[in-house]
Amino acid sequence: MNLDTIIFVVSAALAVFGGTMMIAQRNPVLSVLYLILSLVAQAVLYVQLSALFLGAVLIIVYSGAILVLFLFVIMLLNLRGTEDLGTGSRPVSRTAKFILAFLFVVELVMVVRTGFFRGQGEIGMMTVQAPDFGSVKTVATLLFTKYLYPFELAGILLLAAIVGAVVMTRNPGEDDSPPVVTNSPRDNSPKGNE
Amino acid sequence: MVNLSAYILVAVVLFGIGTVGVMISRNVIILFMSVELMLNAANLALIAFSRALNVHDGHVFVFLVLTIAAAEAAVGLAMVITLYRNRETVNIDRFDMLKR
Repeated sequence: MNLDTIIFVVSAALAVFGGTMMIAQRNPVLSVLYLILSLVAQAVLYVQLSALFLGAVLIIVYSGAILVLFLFVIMLLNLRGTEDLGTGSRPVSRTAKFILAFLFVVELVMVVRTGFFRGQGEIGMMTVQAPDFGSVKTVATLLFTKYLYPFELAGILLLAAIVGAVVMTRNPGEDDSPPVVTNSPRDNSPKGNE
Repeated sequence: MVNLSAYILVAVVLFGIGTVGVMISRNVIILFMSVELMLNAANLALIAFSRALNVHDGHVFVFLVLTIAAAEAAVGLAMVITLYRNRETVNIDRFDMLKR
């Protein structure tokens, strides 16, 4: 058992543990913190797969921006995990949902174990890895040449999301036209002089 | 080195946890976070395949998925705030205006 395997096992266990605790928590703040734990463990897996740039992006953008946005909304709504969340849906019981998800995982694992991956060797043994694999330069070169149009469309999507979020959260009762100033002596005085 | 199938196994388990979270959570914010976990599981699989096949296309896809996750989080949380303003709750079962 070499160092690579130990790092992989610890990170994978932490990622799965964080995800499990996230859905098991009642308090949304703890839930966000466990998701951050899971994401940092996944970033370690990214780095182990030589995706250095995306590992950094995952920590900076995901843990640093998106999950902080979640925390901000949770604190804005003042959720403490003590809200009345009802008893859940009756038609499909909780056990049936677990069984359904477990069967789904088993099915995917069967595909992985019996599919076309079985004949493949270890990662890095199949093909020769380039020395700058996963660096900013190689990813950016591909992003700005082959995938230029999807990249630009992603920018438009982000703009649409910003506008949509602002429009949706605007207070409907609020009058957003600028205030009209009437009978202001300072505005009237130059006209009177003319 | 670790097998490709080990990474795919982790991605599958994370996706399954996200599926369970979407189905059982009654708090709409935790439901959103489960969706984010499923997106990240797909990202892990993309990066593992990209590394195994020694191409960078998977990295670009992961980059675009991260962009979409950010947009989704912004719009989704805006919807949560609007719903909370109207309904005073985050219980997912109370958001049934379209079924009535």
